[in-house]
Amino acid sequence: MFKSLLLSLLSLSLTAAHAQIAVKADLLFTMTGDLKPIKNAIILCSPDGTIQAVGTDIQIPEGYQTLTVKVATPGIIDAHSTVGLSGILNSPKHDQEQLEKSAPIQPELRAIDAYNGRDPLVKWLRDLGVTTVHTGHAPGTLISGQLMVVKTNVPAITSLDDTLVPTSAVAATLGSSALSKSPGTRAKAIALLRAELLKAQAHARKISTAEADDEKDAPAPNIKLQTLVDVLNKKTPLLINAQRHQDIASALRLREEFGFNLILDGAAEAYLLLEEIKAAGIPVIVHPTMGRPFGDLENMTFTLAAQLHQKGIPFAFQSGYETYVPKTRVVHFEAALAAAYGLPREIALAACTIYPAKILGLDDKIGSLAPGKHADLALFDGDPLETTTHTTHVIINGKLVSSTAK
Amino acid sequence: MRSRNLLALALAPLIAFPFIYSSARESPEPELKIQAFTNATIYPVSSPKIENATLLLKGDTIIAVGPSDQIDIPADAQRIDATGKTIIPGLICTHSHIGSVSGADSSSPIQPEVRVLDSIDVRDTSINKARAGGITTVNLMSGSGHLLSGQTLYLKLREGNTVEDLSIKLPDGSLAYGVKMANGTNSIRDNGPFPGTRAKSAALVRQKFLEAQVYQKKRAKHLEENNPEKIFERDLALETLADILDGKRTVHHHTHRHDDILTVLRLKEEFGFKVVLHHVSEAWKVADEIAAADVPCSLIFLDSPGGKLEARDFEWRNGAELEKRGVLTALHTDDPINDSRWFLRNAAIGVRAGMSREKALEALTLSGAKILDLDKSVGSLEPGKQADFVLLSGDPFSIYTRILETHIEGKQVFDLEDPQDRLFAEGGYGAGHNRQATGCCFYR
Repeated sequence: MFKSLLLSLLSLSLTAAHAQIAVKADLLFTMTGDLKPIKNAIILCSPDGTIQAVGTDIQIPEGYQTLTVKVATPGIIDAHSTVGLSGILNSPKHDQEQLEKSAPIQPELRAIDAYNGRDPLVKWLRDLGVTTVHTGHAPGTLISGQLMVVKTNVPAITSLDDTLVPTSAVAATLGSSALSKSPGTRAKAIALLRAELLKAQAHARKISTAEADDEKDAPAPNIKLQTLVDVLNKKTPLLINAQRHQDIASALRLREEFGFNLILDGAAEAYLLLEEIKAAGIPVIVHPTMGRPFGDLENMTFTLAAQLHQKGIPFAFQSGYETYVPKTRVVHFEAALAAAYGLPREIALAACTIYPAKILGLDDKIGSLAPGKHADLALFDGDPLETTTHTTHVIINGKLVSSTAK
Repeated sequence: MRSRNLLALALAPLIAFPFIYSSARESPEPELKIQAFTNATIYPVSSPKIENATLLLKGDTIIAVGPSDQIDIPADAQRIDATGKTIIPGLICTHSHIGSVSGADSSSPIQPEVRVLDSIDVRDTSINKARAGGITTVNLMSGSGHLLSGQTLYLKLREGNTVEDLSIKLPDGSLAYGVKMANGTNSIRDNGPFPGTRAKSAALVRQKFLEAQVYQKKRAKHLEENNPEKIFERDLALETLADILDGKRTVHHHTHRHDDILTVLRLKEEFGFKVVLHHVSEAWKVADEIAAADVPCSLIFLDSPGGKLEARDFEWRNGAELEKRGVLTALHTDDPINDSRWFLRNAAIGVRAGMSREKALEALTLSGAKILDLDKSVGSLEPGKQADFVLLSGDPFSIYTRILETHIEGKQVFDLEDPQDRLFAEGGYGAGHNRQATGCCFYR
């Protein structure tokens, strides 16, 4: 009798843990269409981890676990981070894997070989509502390595399928932080980069010649050049961190010469080159709004996102890379501040959900809430951008991954 | 140059501008200006929030605060309609590194003779940015890479050409300042004469204070004898420590980990320090002990824990845990760690994690004043106090609220409508220069 009661209790709790989730939200930001929120909406999560239904006239079927909240948004997407590589302890040789300084150009360094999804900072961001990060090698050398896109519930990369994109971009840096002994000047940095991209062009030519002609040998395997060939073939974008206007101009000049897909990163002085950036049709991943105003960021402005928005330049927010404290920023906190400085609130929210999804080419899967898309949600007890609001629940692939009310 | 003045100037013929300006300066002391900010929502902090309220100033002093219908505004007062705006006391940052400060060098771990006073650049844009952040009083200090990195300096962020113009004079004629100390990770280094362990850190400090006790007695005896023939050989380092032992100067102690916090409490017990715990990342672990020791805290809220070993267990609930136990708690920016322009937001994180709105606002103002022993003159909006206040566009804890104006001693030092001030408030081309964060933590 007692035993069977215990068993039935156990099975009940198991059902609850595995029940499909329904979310009842006073206000739901689907981030589709005109980005305006829907009142009194319901979202049903499907067992396969996608969204089953979204709307106002939906009946919650029996057996669903219903979460009733004030505000629901798509899971937050951090358009550029180093989390999982740059760990909480800031301890070199232990949890600092974001920057390898032995050579200025190392595109072959993969993010998947360095990512630690169990670092406490990943959980920190997840509990606050960040469900996807574009993370990997940090700014700080000319080409520091690769980035990847991963959900924040993935503890380790056991196969490429654990990521959304295993190599989402190659990270380059133009500016003071990438200068040391050599390259020691901005001009030399560009010369080195151009020489390397020319080598990659030659490598690509050798490969295609060998493919066309059985007599010709393929070039010796070279993962460094192969990564750059993928950049030149527009398979992988080159994400260039450039803060000062002359560095942004250099990035545009390089793109003009080599024709890669450019994502402009940081771009503190982009407000001086709005026309040029717009004409180039490239997206900008804005430096954290709370970035510190020294070095190449000395002339940064909190209004940059608003200015990019007004100009119609695609953009998204990032948490960036921090060398000290706080060891990671929180991307929607950065978006919130931009909303205080002229960016419409729903655009601020879009720039950490659907906009980064578009820039990363993942908007068919994440960044908005519609049937068939991933059931990634962040739930709040108030305006998601207000500092005093708590993240009450976080859902990834239809499963509750946090309910800490942080 | 502020917009209200700008408007007056614009009405004058342009050519007369320099003349008017200089003649105004040379004219005899005018009647003290009376200003009335009317119909605002006012948080006096020392008393509950008042809607439709008026703040009345005469010269540099507050003469009345209360509901608009209960305040008699003199006929000659300048009336400023603040309808829809919120007025709070000027913010007090109890721990900041603005002004491109420096302190002790790498020659030894304990350097009480070094004054931050001798390093401050009053024209550094970080000071303009702090005014844009609503900060009116700061405790400027050197970094935490030493057990004792020098004397701090309490400043009012008045406009001025010299650090003396910004300084605060105590009744005895000396400047108001404290002393910066640190323990834990930052002050431990690989090479002597710096300590390599926590026990050694504490031993070095205790040895120095024991020497200071001897000096303190000698100095007291000399003063008692009052013999002008007898020369007393001053020692700048021991003199500073003796001032601490006399209770004349407060120790501002960087400390993060629970065991390091307890070490500070032990030193206080042994030597009778007047001490404030700064940062206190693990306050939540030893909140009872902090409360029992009756030691105030100055907290910072970071957007994530870690970044160094001793901040691994940092939690947002530190503010709430200390509030629950009645510990006097202020906040600080630690600028450049948190930019001075986000100081209000910092308190909002405290509210998010359980601090009451009242105590969070107090932590930005009156509690800071108490910690710096300046609460007789600043920290709240009360008659007789210095007219330091901030005009906001809305709720102090809303992210969308903008700081519109900052006033110190009745003079406006920041106006969002002024283009140059706006540049400091928001950033943009020309807003910055290579500000070296030497005072803090980036040099290692």
